[in-house]
Amino acid sequence: MTYLSSTRFKLAPHKQDKICLWGLRLFAIVIIALIVGLLIALFHLAFPAFKELGFSFFKGTAWLPSEGIFGILPFVYGTFLTSFLAILIAGPISVASALFLSEICPKRLASFVNLFIEILASIPSIIFGLWGLFYLAPWMRDTASPFLKSHFGFLPFFEGTSFGVGLLTASLILALMIIPTITSICREIMKVVPCEQKEAALALGATRQEMLKLAVISPSFSGIMGALMLGLGRALGETMAVAMLIGNNPKISLSLFAPASTMASVIANEYSEAVSSLHTSALCAVAVVLFFISLLINVLARVIVWRFAPLSNRSRG
Amino acid sequence: MNRLYFRKIKNFIFLGLISLSSLFIIIPLSILLVFLISKGLHGLTWSFITELPKPAGEMGGGIVHALLGTIWILSLASFISIPIGILGGVFLSEYGEGFLANTLRYSADLMTGVPSIVIGIFTYALIVIPMKSFSALAGAIALSLIMLPTIIRSTEEILKLTPKHIRKAALALGVPRWKVIFFIIVKGNISTLFTGIILAISRATGETAPLLFTAFGNMYLSSSWKEPMATLPVQIYNYAISPLENWQNQAWSGALLLIILILILNICARLISGRFDVGHGPKFIFMKLRKKWTSKSF
Repeated sequence: MTYLSSTRFKLAPHKQDKICLWGLRLFAIVIIALIVGLLIALFHLAFPAFKELGFSFFKGTAWLPSEGIFGILPFVYGTFLTSFLAILIAGPISVASALFLSEICPKRLASFVNLFIEILASIPSIIFGLWGLFYLAPWMRDTASPFLKSHFGFLPFFEGTSFGVGLLTASLILALMIIPTITSICREIMKVVPCEQKEAALALGATRQEMLKLAVISPSFSGIMGALMLGLGRALGETMAVAMLIGNNPKISLSLFAPASTMASVIANEYSEAVSSLHTSALCAVAVVLFFISLLINVLARVIVWRFAPLSNRSRG
Repeated sequence: MNRLYFRKIKNFIFLGLISLSSLFIIIPLSILLVFLISKGLHGLTWSFITELPKPAGEMGGGIVHALLGTIWILSLASFISIPIGILGGVFLSEYGEGFLANTLRYSADLMTGVPSIVIGIFTYALIVIPMKSFSALAGAIALSLIMLPTIIRSTEEILKLTPKHIRKAALALGVPRWKVIFFIIVKGNISTLFTGIILAISRATGETAPLLFTAFGNMYLSSSWKEPMATLPVQIYNYAISPLENWQNQAWSGALLLIILILILNICARLISGRFDVGHGPKFIFMKLRKKWTSKSF
């Protein structure tokens, strides 16, 4: 154990400690500088677009790179619509299965379902995209959309013909991708609910449904909201699967069958084949907007989740 | 009485719906896995993982260049991000108070929320534009930026779990603090640290978006860090959107290969953390190392 003794070095131990601390501080500063540098580099790249296009960039509804017209609204619309639809589909499923796993089902079954959730979480985006392109899109075109049209065709959301790829397909894939995130955070939050509270509700004669509602869902309600927002944050930035399934058409249309485009997907599709330097810069400006939107949502979500999750689980959120 | 009946029915329906909800997770995933295996398995032959791709239109060929490229870029990325990430995590857990530490903690958290495509653009601006070409190095840096925050935070959380009395005992023996940190706390937790690192690597393995315009991809075997390099995810993407049926089938086999790679990494992480519990396993392994070290450098 001689390597632990302090006498082998010429320097006094407290000086060695100081050097170590400053070394570590240096690394911390380097990491922070990297992150600040990320922001500055993005702004630097996007600056020409902001300068040239001005405010029309934020309120323009047309994106025609070959004619030099750049408006971000179609992408903002596509991004938010797909993400909200995904949350609408994934939210109830995830919260319900978190309830099921943590409160109702036997341990063995829970670990089995948990295995599925973990596999789902580790499947990369590109494979979801591949599967969506060759399975979900044809299924959407041949089975789901005729069904929706014949039953709900009077609604404006289900107008037009479905090509398979489009807003609804992308939302379905997004929903599948964010289910594991939301479920695992919800489970962490529901774990915190004290057992006495549940027992008290049952002792007062509540049915299990009433117990879950009173003792589990209401105290962790804002935590669940935070989990949903974290899922939203993931959905907003998701690139590959959406780029393969949304159809890539920068238009705003009410129909869910219509092909559209999201902020992330337009960057992935056009960045390496940009037609002009203004086009490149405009795509970077889209990235800046995407960065700030996801930053905002993540910060909000984390603030909410942190207040409810136990200390040791914070890093996972 | 009627009201109780109503409540019971409500309870029954609610529990039924909740129980069915897991099916919405299991069914799509099962369809996906079955589809993946049935489409990818027959193409996943020995020649597929040892041959270079054939020109467009010809049958056969493999993706060895992408497989090796993925491994090469991932090891380069780990080489960059593991030391920085572990040192950052050590800083947070050992000197985790004050302005600098809080800034680092928040910025690491924010970075986990940054979409990977934005990191791709950043790396493009930082590396690809000055170097004037797509390169493996740019891809590795993009991946290391994705791995970094995960490694920092997992290191911090793991090191914080070390009991206080171990630190105090070592300090009381007159061991300098930096030796306590690196030779007792970090070393004792090294297997759990590796679990976190491997999970970060497996997360980065499937990343496609940041590699699209950093490592870019090519169709031949290259080992230079200055040139574009093919990776599995990008190759799958290129094959998937191509009109050739042969390439589409290869995309499925490539996807299966990618999943297997990620699965192996995850299982490794599980095995490491399950095998060596803190306080039992590492001691045994490091007794040998310790002997070696004591005789040489310290």
